[in-house]
Amino acid sequence: MTTYLLKGVSLLGRDRTDLLLADGRITDASTAGAEVIDADGLVALPGLVDLHTHLREPGREDAETVESGSRAAALGGYTAVCAMANTEPVADTAGVVEQVWRLGRAAGLVDVQPVGAVTVGLGGEQLAELGAMAGSAARVRIFSDDGHCVADPRVMRRALEYVKAFDGVIAQHAEEPRLTVGAQMHEGSVSVRLGLAGWPAVAEEAIVARDALLAGHVGARLHVCHVSTAGSVEILRWAKRSGVRVTAEVTPHHLLLTDASAESYDPVFKVNPPLRTAEDIAALRAALADGTIDAVATDHAPHAVEDKECEWDYARPGMLGLETALSIVYQNGGLDWDQIAERMSRTPARIAGLADHGRDPVPGAPANLTLVDPQARWRVDPTALASGSRNTPYAGMALPGRVVHTFLRGEPTVFEGKATR
Amino acid sequence: MIRHLLSAADLDAGTATEVLDTAARMDEAIADREVKKLPTLRGRTVVNLFYEDSTRTRISFEAAAKRLSADVINFSAKGSSVSKGESLKDTALTLQAMGADAVVIRHPASGAPYQLAGWVNGSVLNAGDGTHEHPTQALLDAYTMRSRLGRVDGLSVAIVGDVLHSRVARSNVLLLSALGAKVTLVGPPTLLPLGIEDALASGTEVRYDLDEVLPGVDVVMMLRVQRERMEDAYFPSAREYTRRYGLDGARLRALPEHAIVMHPGPMNRGMEISPEVADSPRSTIVEQVANGVSVRMAVLYLLLGGAK
Repeated sequence: MTTYLLKGVSLLGRDRTDLLLADGRITDASTAGAEVIDADGLVALPGLVDLHTHLREPGREDAETVESGSRAAALGGYTAVCAMANTEPVADTAGVVEQVWRLGRAAGLVDVQPVGAVTVGLGGEQLAELGAMAGSAARVRIFSDDGHCVADPRVMRRALEYVKAFDGVIAQHAEEPRLTVGAQMHEGSVSVRLGLAGWPAVAEEAIVARDALLAGHVGARLHVCHVSTAGSVEILRWAKRSGVRVTAEVTPHHLLLTDASAESYDPVFKVNPPLRTAEDIAALRAALADGTIDAVATDHAPHAVEDKECEWDYARPGMLGLETALSIVYQNGGLDWDQIAERMSRTPARIAGLADHGRDPVPGAPANLTLVDPQARWRVDPTALASGSRNTPYAGMALPGRVVHTFLRGEPTVFEGKATR
Repeated sequence: MIRHLLSAADLDAGTATEVLDTAARMDEAIADREVKKLPTLRGRTVVNLFYEDSTRTRISFEAAAKRLSADVINFSAKGSSVSKGESLKDTALTLQAMGADAVVIRHPASGAPYQLAGWVNGSVLNAGDGTHEHPTQALLDAYTMRSRLGRVDGLSVAIVGDVLHSRVARSNVLLLSALGAKVTLVGPPTLLPLGIEDALASGTEVRYDLDEVLPGVDVVMMLRVQRERMEDAYFPSAREYTRRYGLDGARLRALPEHAIVMHPGPMNRGMEISPEVADSPRSTIVEQVANGVSVRMAVLYLLLGGAK
C-alpha cells in the first residue's frame, strides 16, 4: 500500500498541516518513503457521505450503474453513499441489497451502503423483511420507500417500531399521495400560470407532522428525506424541541432553485419534491445553518435522455447531484468548511451508522477524506460528468470549489480531479 | 411581429390589436371575393399537429390556412407513428425535415408547444396545451366582444366555471386584461386555483357568487364543466353545480340589456348553460366559431406572411 504525504492542507479550512496516509488510516508515523502530494491550500474535509443516492442498478443501467454513480460520487468528494431502494427489482430483500453492496465493493470508488425498502415492492402495504436486510452482509440500517411515501399511518407506525430492534431508521419521502394526484410542480402562482398541476407544500408538511408524532409516540428514529418547505422546517423545529428522535436532510437544489425554473417547461427542473419558492429557500438555508436540518443529501437521480427530453407531464422527476453538491452548498449554504463537514459528512455518517466515515482527517482516523480547492471555479458541462446521465439543472453555471483529490481508506479514488478507476 | 404564438402573454396590447384589426380586414377581403381565398400564403406549409381530438379547432385552423392558400398537412396523433410511441422531439424533427413553415399544435400536456418551438425552425402556434393556454381562443373571444360591443377596453367580463382546468380561461385573463378589460373569475372555490388573482394579471377578481356578479357585467363567458369532476370532489353533484353556477333563463334576465353570453364550446347543455340561454340572441356561440377562422387567418398571416 502506498503511503501518501499531503503537504500543506488546510484542515477544515483552518490550520495548515501535513497529513500522512498509511495503511488506510491517517497516522503520525514516519513520513519516510511516502509519496509527497503538494496540497498547498487545499481544504481537507472528511470524505462526504450522501444519505440519498439513486444508483439505478439493478434495472436502469442505461441511466446509471453502481460503478458510474460511484465515480460521480468520488469526483464530488464523497467516500460513502446510501443507495436508494427503488431499483428494478426493488431492494426489498437481503439478496438485492447484498447485490448492490457487492457491486459497490467491486467498483471500489466509494462505500456503497444500500438502503432497504420499507415495504414489499414499495407498495406501502406489507413490511419488507427488514430484519433480513439488517442482518445481511450489507448491514442495512436505513429503510426507505423513497419515491413513494409510506402513506398508511399504521404501516408507518409499525415500521418505525420494528426497526428499533436493530437501531434502524425509517427515511420517509414525505408526500401525502392523495394531495398530489397528478402533481407536476409546486402549487403556487407559477403553477397557476403554467397550467401544471400543483404539489402543495401541505402534502409534505402533513406527513412530516404525522410522522414526527408517530416517532415520538413509539420512541423510534425518523429521518425526513429532502425537506422542501418552510412549514416542514417549523414542524421539525417543534419536534426536535419536543424530544422526538428526528433527523432531516435538504438537497442542494432545494437550497438554490425556485419553482420559476419551470417556466421554461424544461423537465430537467422537474423533481420530487418540487422546487419551491424563495421564501422556502431562505427557511431551508437558515434551518441548515442552525441544525434544524441535519444534513445535505443529494437525491442524485439520473434519468435517461428519453425520460427527460419530452413533455413536462411525462418526464420523470429528479436531477443529478453528486458532482455538484459540494460546490452548490459552498456557494449557497452560508456555511464555513467546518459546518460543511458537519452537514455533509459527520452527521450523515452518524445517521447512516457508518463508523469509518464522517471522521475528521486527524491521526488515528480512517483515511476517508477529500481535498477541495476553494479558489477554483469550474463550469458545469453535462457531457463531462461521470454520471451515466446528463440531467443536471446547473448546466453552464460556473461554480466555486473543485474537488481535487478524494481518498478512500488511504487510496486515491480521485487524483488531480480525475477518477483513478 | 412575434415568431411563435405560445401564450396570450406573448401579445401586448399593440400586437393583440394588430391581430384583431388584421382579422377584421380578412373578413372584409373575403366578403368581397367570389372565390373565398386569398393568395397570401401560397407555397407555405402549415402542419396541424393534433395530439388530442378537437375537430372544431383543427378544422378552424385548416379553414384559416386554406383560405390563405397555404398547403395544409393534418398530422393526427391517432393512427400515426405517435401512437406507436414516437416522441414529440422525433415528430418535431420529422416535421422540420419536411419543411413545415408553421406547426399548429394541440397537446394534452401543458407546455408542449414551448418544447416544440425549441426543436423546429418554423413558427409554432399553440392551439391548446393541457390546462395551460389556448391563445387563439382568447383572440377570437376578444374579436367577438369587439364586434358585438364595439370595444374590449373597459368591459367587465365574468368567466364562470372550471377555471382550474381551463386553458381558455388562462389565455382570456391575460389577453383581456392586456386589452383593458376587467376580468372576474367566478366558480366554486375548488375550481378556482389558489392565488389566481395575482398569478396572471393584476386586477383579476375572484368571486364565488354568480348572482352577485351578473348585474354588473358586459360579458359572461361560460366554461365547459366536465361532469366527471364531481368524482374528484370538486363539487357534490352536477345538479348542485348547475343550481349555483349554471346560466339559465332567470340569470340571463339578471344581466344588463346589452350584455352578451359566450361559450368556447363544446357546450354541456343543461350543465353550465341551459338550452334557452345557448340559443338566445344574446349568445355569441356560433359567431365565435366564425370569428375563429378570421382570427386564425390573421395570426397565420402575421406569423408567416409578415416574416417574408
